[in-house]
Amino acid sequence: MAIFGVSLAMVAVFVGFGLLIGTLFGFFGMGGSFLVTPALLVLGYPSTVAVGSGLAFVFGTSVIGALRHRDHGQVDYTLAIIMIIAMTFGIELGKNVVFFLDATGRADAIINVAYVGLLAAVGLFTLRDARGSGDGESTGPGLAERVQAIEIPPMVTFRGDVRVSAVIVAAIGLVIGVLSGFLGVGGGFLLMPAMMYGLGIPAAVAVGTDILQITISGAFGAFTYAESGSVALPVVGMLLLGSALGARVGAGATNLVDEDEIKGYFAAMLLAGSAAVAANRLGDVYGIDVLGTVSTALIFGAALLVSGAVVLAAVCRLRGDRTGVWCRLTTS
Amino acid sequence: MLGIESLGGSAAAVATVGAVLAEAMVLYIGYGALTRIVGSRTLDALGGE
Repeated sequence: MAIFGVSLAMVAVFVGFGLLIGTLFGFFGMGGSFLVTPALLVLGYPSTVAVGSGLAFVFGTSVIGALRHRDHGQVDYTLAIIMIIAMTFGIELGKNVVFFLDATGRADAIINVAYVGLLAAVGLFTLRDARGSGDGESTGPGLAERVQAIEIPPMVTFRGDVRVSAVIVAAIGLVIGVLSGFLGVGGGFLLMPAMMYGLGIPAAVAVGTDILQITISGAFGAFTYAESGSVALPVVGMLLLGSALGARVGAGATNLVDEDEIKGYFAAMLLAGSAAVAANRLGDVYGIDVLGTVSTALIFGAALLVSGAVVLAAVCRLRGDRTGVWCRLTTS
Repeated sequence: MLGIESLGGSAAAVATVGAVLAEAMVLYIGYGALTRIVGSRTLDALGGE
């Protein structure tokens, strides 16, 4: 039996994976998208479909995020408009690069390599942050002040009395848009630090503006890939079915568990994702079937482990248990 | 599969984005109602009360 051409077993896999991804997104506020495209690559979807479906999933997830934040989100519309225009150009550019590479037969290899690098870099940064060696607070404001001091007209003033060159804001949006269109990621994990530490935008304004622009750029990205039939709509629908519920579970857990307690696991999951994509690619190139199985186990196992740690930690706090064998495991 | 493929090009793309938007809104409302109905009871059960 199949639903929309997808076997029941795969329906369970997609809904279940969506649940795990949603839990992570609801808890950490990121990670909603940059595991979906690698998972689809590992499952054998063509790179164009994996990226297009990843962007459609980003759009659906950010719509739900925007609905949740609509009452208390602060949006700087000038910042959002500049970023959206720049990201739209970037996404179109990134998509054209993907389709060009696809035509030359090199898209799968290059996107896989880019994912290995991206997941490894974000994973190592998060691990460094989790181990307390990060020094973001002391370098952040200094960087923002230096960026604000660059006088390239036109200068614009954002909420929080932040005055920055529109050219710099557009350049940041363009780079993140290219990445988004090339890899199918939402870009929130880059936009947030770029706005807060790079431009000096207050956190509350950065969160609201981030959700608005990812919703709009996600819609544009999904549209541009869907035009060429590169969005697997049933897969996106099943992933969203799980992730919308998981996002509520993850968001609920944030009231009970300190994010820093689980951050080490999150970093390990990103590094496992990087290893999974690398193993899958090597398996394809050298015809080693077992590497395909290893990569599937790594990417789904890591997502299961970390979201399981989030839920277990929340249950332990609910029960007031910090010393039990399982509860001690939830502190990384 | 879903009938969208027969539209082709921009119409299919608009329908795809619209379908994702509609599903996201339905899920937000549906899971919100579910959370209100069983949320506190689930938390009580998990907390061992």
